[in-house]
Amino acid sequence: MSGRGPFGRLDWITVILYALLVFIGWINIYSTSVGEASTSIFDFSTLYGKQLFFIGLAALGIIFVLFVESHFFERFASIFYIGSIALLLGLFVFGKTIAGATSWYDLGFFNLQPSELAKVATALALAKFLSDIQTDIRTGRHQLYALAIILIPALLILPQPDPGSSLIYFSLFFVLFREGFPIYYLGILIFAVVLFATTLMFGTVWVAIGLIILTLLIYTFKKASVKIPILPVLGVIAVSILFSLSVNFVFENVFEQRHRDRFALWLSLEKDEEKLDEIRKTIGYNTYQSEKAIESGGFTGKGFLEGTRTKGDFVPEQHTDYIFSSVGEEWGFLGTSAVILLFSLFFLRLIYIAERQKSDFSRMYGYGVISILVFHYFINIGMVIGLLPTIGVPLPFFSYGGSGLIFFTMLLFIFLKLDSNRLKDGI
Amino acid sequence: MKKLLLSSIIVLIGFTFIGRLSYLQLFRFSPDQILDDPAIKKVYDYPERGYIYDRDGKLLVGNQPAYDVMVIPREVKPLDTLEFCSLLGIEKPEFLSKMEKARRYSPRLPSVLVPQLSKEDYAKLQEKMRHFTGFYIQKRSLRYYNTQSAANVLGYISEVNEWDLKNNPYYVAGELKGRTGIEQQYEEILRGQKGVKHIQKDRFNRDIGPYKGGKLDTLPQQGKEIHITIDKTLQEYGEKLMHGKRGGIVAIEPKTGEILTMISGPTYDPALLVGRQRSKNYSKLHYDTISKPTWDRSILAQPSPGSPFKTLNALVGLQEGVIDTNTKFRCYHGFYVGNTLRGCHCGGGVRDLNSGIYQSCNAYFAGVFRRIFDKYETTDEGMDVWEKHMKSFGLGDYLGTDLPTGAPGRIPDVAYYDKWYGNGRWAASTIISNSIGQGEIAATPLQLANMTAAIANRGYFYTPHIIKSVGNNGKIDPKYTEPRYTTIDRKYFEPVIEGMANVYNYGTARWVKIPGIDIAGKTGTVENYIRIDGERMQLTDHSVFVAFAPIKNPQIALAVYIENGYYGSRYAGHIASLLIEKYLKGEITRKDLEKRMLEKTLEHEYAKPYSGEPFEINEYEW
Repeated sequence: MSGRGPFGRLDWITVILYALLVFIGWINIYSTSVGEASTSIFDFSTLYGKQLFFIGLAALGIIFVLFVESHFFERFASIFYIGSIALLLGLFVFGKTIAGATSWYDLGFFNLQPSELAKVATALALAKFLSDIQTDIRTGRHQLYALAIILIPALLILPQPDPGSSLIYFSLFFVLFREGFPIYYLGILIFAVVLFATTLMFGTVWVAIGLIILTLLIYTFKKASVKIPILPVLGVIAVSILFSLSVNFVFENVFEQRHRDRFALWLSLEKDEEKLDEIRKTIGYNTYQSEKAIESGGFTGKGFLEGTRTKGDFVPEQHTDYIFSSVGEEWGFLGTSAVILLFSLFFLRLIYIAERQKSDFSRMYGYGVISILVFHYFINIGMVIGLLPTIGVPLPFFSYGGSGLIFFTMLLFIFLKLDSNRLKDGI
Repeated sequence: MKKLLLSSIIVLIGFTFIGRLSYLQLFRFSPDQILDDPAIKKVYDYPERGYIYDRDGKLLVGNQPAYDVMVIPREVKPLDTLEFCSLLGIEKPEFLSKMEKARRYSPRLPSVLVPQLSKEDYAKLQEKMRHFTGFYIQKRSLRYYNTQSAANVLGYISEVNEWDLKNNPYYVAGELKGRTGIEQQYEEILRGQKGVKHIQKDRFNRDIGPYKGGKLDTLPQQGKEIHITIDKTLQEYGEKLMHGKRGGIVAIEPKTGEILTMISGPTYDPALLVGRQRSKNYSKLHYDTISKPTWDRSILAQPSPGSPFKTLNALVGLQEGVIDTNTKFRCYHGFYVGNTLRGCHCGGGVRDLNSGIYQSCNAYFAGVFRRIFDKYETTDEGMDVWEKHMKSFGLGDYLGTDLPTGAPGRIPDVAYYDKWYGNGRWAASTIISNSIGQGEIAATPLQLANMTAAIANRGYFYTPHIIKSVGNNGKIDPKYTEPRYTTIDRKYFEPVIEGMANVYNYGTARWVKIPGIDIAGKTGTVENYIRIDGERMQLTDHSVFVAFAPIKNPQIALAVYIENGYYGSRYAGHIASLLIEKYLKGEITRKDLEKRMLEKTLEHEYAKPYSGEPFEINEYEW
């Protein structure tokens, strides 16, 4: 211990950025949920009142985290991980269904979402595994272990169904890349995304034909001196086709109609104005309303509590996933770009902190935290402003919701706790 | 590289987001999008439409309540459908289909289930209403007509159409707007100004309170009452006389230009275009293309004026100095144009101005017409002068009345005949029919009445108008109180008026003289043709009459035009005489004359061309 108490070496810049994000988030939740009648912000029957309560809980969580000895997290990472896997499995039996997804435990006063907890645990477990002195990320076996750590919770969350949360686990690949996982895997990932999109757009048959034509072209135009063995290439084609088929399978069987529609909307650029109008009223309703709300804010916004679309509750889920549309409507371009700036600074600060860690575990965990947060931020805002298909993930620290806020906070503050101990770790 | 990967991705995402946001919020933003903001609904508060009174303050048009039965499908609880249907006076299948329609429109929003219940049905329904959850009654205001007459003057109101919506931002779909007549012309005064409340809505379209605390809201402004120049008694009486006859009557008060009566026959009860039967009635009226009840003959029919026009030719002749009161022309039971004899019914002999008018001698006026043209070196010059005089009486162009519809009539000019015959290929003799009000001249009954008013005033008229005052004593447009002078000097009117007086004393209208009232008048008998299935046939002459009275201090000037009524004094003359008596004396002394006009119809005459059989025109018996 540095002898300066639990708050001693805390990175206050990050804490202030964090507090700002939570505060701005709450202000907007207040705006989306304030009614004519209620008077006190501590009215726990309202969403903003509840969120305030959750902020309180998160504060308690911070204090808890800061008082815990920092090696605790590293030491118990495996236990956390196994525990959260168990909780995820338990959902199949005891889960509570909200809005079609069996993702919650009903704790009476509070609905616990273990997939949020599992994010923390997986980040810790991955860091622990990678930082182990015996782990060599360059070996295939260890790469497989690392993949398993990431994919097990993701696969358990997928059938809840909660493809959004499931997708988040893939962000942890950035930890692997940071730690020497070959970057061409990222290439494979991008290839997979392209395969995914093209399969949905054109179907497996055309994807297969395209791949074969591509291969033939490569063989036709390559220099005679360059030898490309035929068997691995055929293997790649075969795997790609299998992947493409599995895309179809996942798309048809795992995704729900609403997910399918969202991808359909995102990928096929509808030109017919009449059909577009139809889409705006049905599957594209959320995106259309949220774009409209943001657009209507203009440069300066309509002002706090003056957002007509926000008040009218036109944007579905506006206090949770679509909270950013409220920012857009009431605070305008000034507000939205300020929030983007704030998030970017926050992330860059975290990267800076991660890079200054002497302990591998801390750095890797830090990368895990950053990857998870950035992924949420990217997918959420990308969706709200109409750049990405509708995938339901919350905006960290902003969106209404207890589990989200508390576990994002825990995720972050475990890292800050590790950081505050970094000088000691180095010894 | 691996250290910078995530940082660069974060910066890239930041730029992408800000780029997209500037596209949305800076480029696509437009400040007037409150208009299409689904969250702000404008709710209108409609003021009561202004009443319409006649010139003596008698109510013509007021408002009456009507009761719409409304339904909010979601809130409907199981009910005794049969009882409810019998209260509403509809059948069960109709009820069910209307409920389904309402549900399809919106389960949460009110729809009209049964529109415009009468007061009686409403009274029956009202006590039972509480048994039927999800239904309620909404009061609305309909026009109430305190007269069965003047439909053509009053006009009607109906829902705004797409054209209105596109051209006048005031209106919103479903609102009512004046159509034709007073309702259209004084729409803005009558309707007032609706109040607007901006209501904040949620996505289910439910009210969640006023927008910005009602800062942008406005209060409705009451519609103003207006008084019109129509004399209710005279209008109603005139319409009774028009029973079974087609044509137009316009009466004007010469010293003000106020239109006392404006009748079109056949007409309809204005109450037909109000209430539940409205569209049925409207179609019936609108598609009657033979008698055309919705076509206002008093201002739209443009027959040749016939002989009343001779008075103007006489005036022009005097003004141009080509005749004086003693100038004589001989009538050979007609007059020669080249070698052709054009007929005349005056009896023949030597005619001067006075007897030329009261015997309506064609030969005399053909002579006058020729002299007017002979005064000038070229026909064109003569034509221009003649045209200028005629137009100064408000003929040949829109009069500028405050009626939304109208027709210009026609005074032919040089260009017209040049086009018709070719430049220089026509002369006064070619167009000699104009001397007796046939030929190419056309005038609406309103123009004829106005021309008569100008004669009554000895040389000027006020633009005829229908508005008397806005509110109780509000000013009207000053253009209706400024005299418009004709090009004829005052002194030339007396001899012409004397001739017109003698029309009653010795002339063509001596059997419709009113005891005790000096009238100046002029008959007209207008030949006319119709084309049915490509076959041109001549119909019985139109009966036309213009008159004003009393001669010394004219109170009323009128024109009566009765389609196929034969000679001028037969129908038009009778009706004119009765109307003048009614207006000046308040009662009719010549009961037999009145009875004849009230009972006689011309339906048999109108049926002739459509009978498919040969028919006689201008029958002597009537």
